[in-house]
Amino acid sequence: MRYRVGGRSIFDGLSMEFARGRVSAVMGPSGTGKTTLLRLITGQVRAESGSIEVAGTLLADLRRAQLFALRKRMGMLFQNGALLTDLSVFENVAFPLREHTRLPERLIRELVLTKLQAVGLRGAAELMPAELSGGMARRIALARAIVMDPEILIYDEPFVGLDPISMGVILRLIRRLNDALGLTSIVVSHDVREISSVADSVFLLSGGKVVAQGTPQELQSDRSEVVKQFVGGLADGPVPFHYPAPDYFGELLARDGGRYA
Amino acid sequence: MIADLWNSMNDSLERVGDMSRFLLRILAQVPRSLARPQLIVDQVFNTGALSLVIIMLSGLFVGMVLGLQGFELLRRFGSEEALGTAAAIGLVKELGPVVTALLFAGRAGTALASEIGLMRATDQLAAMEMMAVDPVGRVVAPRFIGGVIAMPLLAAIFSLIGIYGAQLVGVQMMHVDSGSFWSQMQASVNLRDVYEGVVKSGVFGVACSLIAVYEGYHAEPTAEGVGAATTRTVVTSAVTVLFLDYLITAFFLK
Repeated sequence: MRYRVGGRSIFDGLSMEFARGRVSAVMGPSGTGKTTLLRLITGQVRAESGSIEVAGTLLADLRRAQLFALRKRMGMLFQNGALLTDLSVFENVAFPLREHTRLPERLIRELVLTKLQAVGLRGAAELMPAELSGGMARRIALARAIVMDPEILIYDEPFVGLDPISMGVILRLIRRLNDALGLTSIVVSHDVREISSVADSVFLLSGGKVVAQGTPQELQSDRSEVVKQFVGGLADGPVPFHYPAPDYFGELLARDGGRYA
Repeated sequence: MIADLWNSMNDSLERVGDMSRFLLRILAQVPRSLARPQLIVDQVFNTGALSLVIIMLSGLFVGMVLGLQGFELLRRFGSEEALGTAAAIGLVKELGPVVTALLFAGRAGTALASEIGLMRATDQLAAMEMMAVDPVGRVVAPRFIGGVIAMPLLAAIFSLIGIYGAQLVGVQMMHVDSGSFWSQMQASVNLRDVYEGVVKSGVFGVACSLIAVYEGYHAEPTAEGVGAATTRTVVTSAVTVLFLDYLITAFFLK
């Protein structure tokens, strides 16, 4: 698959396969297009060439209504939760049910409370999103993502800005929900150690390509420079510490101010 | 210089085209929104009821100024009794719809644009898309319809309070005869005048609501982007309202 934005190539010849019923992690340095990959998988943007197949359906052929039908089988957890700020926690989780079904109010209540119980926040049902901590917001968003019983659950950087306790809770939820509901989970994350503890397989992206893939253990023992740099958190390596710039001393000593004149 | 002018004209035309396409998208969602009246009622409350105080206060002051200026002018011709007619026609046909639309753009339009813009910036619209819910149907259309319903009602309230303000100054303070004030107004203001005001406020309602939801929906998802969208909402609405006002006035004079 190829994808470009404004002439800049993001993916060129990328090929990946996420196994059904497993937790797959996508890792890579910032700016490698991990979030873009999720947007491609969910049909928010279209690939320039190549094909993307989700649950046996080719995305490129889909019209908007068909894409929406496919999305009802997917759940996505956004980086910040993306809860609807004018609705309470309960109404946020009930939102997909109210939009897509004509279930009686009692059943909606039951379903919402069940999902909130699964993420441990049934007690917060009456709160508004502004009253939640970052970790709570993400758990509520997770409850909303599973309320329609999706087949595929996608997590975009689910651990960013979370304290260790909330991070642990989300990690356990990813694994538990995947196994209990028979989901296929795709998790995009930087957090090597955390995600390695729950993922069945890991893809490492760099420069628009998969540079390594395998089980977390295989990745830990991979000796290639890119993997060593990423897993070890080293400042310099194939991914340079410095953004491309003119010669340092030349720029400091430039009499006429150089670029900043 | 000419190239700049040409480019900015091109950009403006492109935006008008984009906005028209967006309007069609909204109109396609209107039946679905009408099936859920509670969403629209909430928006009529948000855009209409919350603008009431500013509309009523402004209506009162504009009416009082009209009373003062009108009295001063009409006295020169010895026809102070025509104050009621002058104030009513000025308010119903012109000031009511136009000033209400300008205030609406500043109060409700900015709120709509920044609310939708922030929903875009915080991924709420993307989340809806991911839940297979079209944000144009769920978020934009009810707000648009709410604005379109609220504007003529606000303009009517503005004109009503304005006439009362003119009466307050003309009759109570300047001692214009109360009977002449009301009877002349009744005799001279005809249905066509009211109709013109209603058409204007309806058209302004569509224009201001469309501009606000369009700018919000297409805002850059950053703090600066939402700020810029809010500013554009007020500027574009004001210019559009005054331009449309001229067109409709000319049309009714034919």
